[in-house]
Amino acid sequence: MIALLRHMRYVLSENPVTLLAFALFAVLVLAAVLGPSLTPHDPLATDSTRALQPPSATYWFGTDQIGRDVFSRVLVATRLDLAIAMAAVVIAFVFGALGGAAAGYFGGWTERVISRLVDTVMAFPLFVLAMGIVASMGNTVGNIVLATGIINFPIYARVARAEANIRRNAGFIEAARLSGNGEARILLMHIVPNILPIMAVQMSLTMGYAILNAAGLSFIGLGVRPPTPEWGIMVAEGAAFIVSGEWWVALFPGLALMLAVFCFNLLGDGFRDILDPRKRT
Amino acid sequence: MTSPPDVGSGVAGPLPTAGDATSGPPLLDVIELRKRFPVGAPAVGRLLTPFVARSRTRQPLLHAVDDVSFTIARGETVGLVGESGCGKSTLVRLINRLLDPTDGGIRLAGEELALIRARDFARSRHRARIQMVFQDAGDSLNPRYTAFDAIADPLRRLKRLTGTALRARVEELADLTGLPQILLGRFPHQLSGGQKARVGIARAIAVEPELLILDEPTAALDVSVQVVILQLLQSLKQRLSMSYLFVSHDLNVVRLLCDRVLVMYLGRIVESGPAAEVFARPAHFYTRALIDSIPDPARSKAAPRARLSGEPRSPIDPDPNVCRFHGRCPRGEVRCTQSMPVLRRLTAGHEAACHFAEEVTAVPV
Repeated sequence: MIALLRHMRYVLSENPVTLLAFALFAVLVLAAVLGPSLTPHDPLATDSTRALQPPSATYWFGTDQIGRDVFSRVLVATRLDLAIAMAAVVIAFVFGALGGAAAGYFGGWTERVISRLVDTVMAFPLFVLAMGIVASMGNTVGNIVLATGIINFPIYARVARAEANIRRNAGFIEAARLSGNGEARILLMHIVPNILPIMAVQMSLTMGYAILNAAGLSFIGLGVRPPTPEWGIMVAEGAAFIVSGEWWVALFPGLALMLAVFCFNLLGDGFRDILDPRKRT
Repeated sequence: MTSPPDVGSGVAGPLPTAGDATSGPPLLDVIELRKRFPVGAPAVGRLLTPFVARSRTRQPLLHAVDDVSFTIARGETVGLVGESGCGKSTLVRLINRLLDPTDGGIRLAGEELALIRARDFARSRHRARIQMVFQDAGDSLNPRYTAFDAIADPLRRLKRLTGTALRARVEELADLTGLPQILLGRFPHQLSGGQKARVGIARAIAVEPELLILDEPTAALDVSVQVVILQLLQSLKQRLSMSYLFVSHDLNVVRLLCDRVLVMYLGRIVESGPAAEVFARPAHFYTRALIDSIPDPARSKAAPRARLSGEPRSPIDPDPNVCRFHGRCPRGEVRCTQSMPVLRRLTAGHEAACHFAEEVTAVPV
């Protein structure tokens, strides 16, 4: 554990871009955890007398069409957006990594069933599939998470299958059998730890995608319902005012979204460096 | 394809094999072991199997190991030599129970192991009794396991050791194999080839196996390190009273380390006997060619050498009446295509599968 922390410090000090990504990540996590208690204004309080005011010292990001403080709303929305994306990615990761690794390692019927399942999901335009799932099952946060998880599952399953398949005949797997490991144990203790660094990179990349997806669902009205602060809805609502010159309503939530996706994409490389023991010196 | 007529290798008792250390009932008794792999699967034909006559959908079979019988006595080192693709690796995987035989028996100290399925063998009480040192030490170590974890894995799983007892045992094994204890915390990529080999050996001997299979343990090492590792293996064998099955391409090493030698060709054992005897008086044309191929600077250029020409026969559905070596054999007569020679006894413990074994022996090496 101490070695891992020391190695983490080394990776971060050697790589400024990774450091930036981690700093951004820390800001996002802080905003998600502390957001609601840091807001200068009530994110839900409406006041038609101060509607659509441009950014100022009082309202840093301006106000929207019914006078709510955009900064407070962007800040508060962080928790919900990250939670949805995180939960979806964890679901996709657990089922994708285990299912894919089992398919690649055991082969045979396990592989056929899981691969066809993956192909079936991949055959749909993924965003349309997510829309369909939410539309048919209901407009709740749980269903958004589930839909985002399902459309991300094939990515993990495919990567895990390929990586497990490379290793199924490796010498260390035979050695593990000789050491008395059963097949399930080999999969969990010998195969999965070896594909974890690759999966961590995937996780970070899909995290950005999951945030976009959740926001996208909200943007078209199939996600979180107003007045809950959420980046996707805020961009959707603000879009109507860009033409009339009130750009701040859509820009700031959009910027937050962009920074979050940017951060997770950069984080992927950093994770690989930290989790891969071959990079450890 | 029956077992050799008079010297049944399955016979227990004081077979005069190789020297003093090897008397008594055998530790390992391999009896008419076979492994066949289906090849070139006709996918459509297989799907139609219920509807088409069986003979038309029968898959060709690759005879990887065919009717192999031999014994290893306690404390004995048996060498297994043969060219790439002759079935050595398959035979090794059958014996260490990573692969299920098509038929035949594998008895360890009288207990039949061939009936335990390979997938169940990992949890069998016999698992600790047969261990293996892999050809490529680097590939045989999990990249995410430290040297300590690699050596501790079999101890945890098969001996249920934990905590301080586990640590003490791993450190003891590191000392035994000459691995500095300070390296135990390292990952495989931080170790040299020789150090990785030591970790692989420590892991294999951790659970005190009775039979240790060495699958070309030095093939991936520098020449200078090879010697050290071979000396280590030799001294460990004496200290821990194990038997070795030593698979190697290096005939000089086999000659030095092994009590007995098995020569394999296309899935069958073509010659077996005490190492000194086989190297001094080979009784099969193939063995002779192998020995002649050992580089020897002392040999004069004029001296005749047995050279092989032609291609090996296909191991897929081979004709049971044709000698496997026919076509590559310098002698090869009509007789060799009418009846396949089986192993027959020449002198005590020395067997060869050749119609002309006496003629081969007569010519000095």
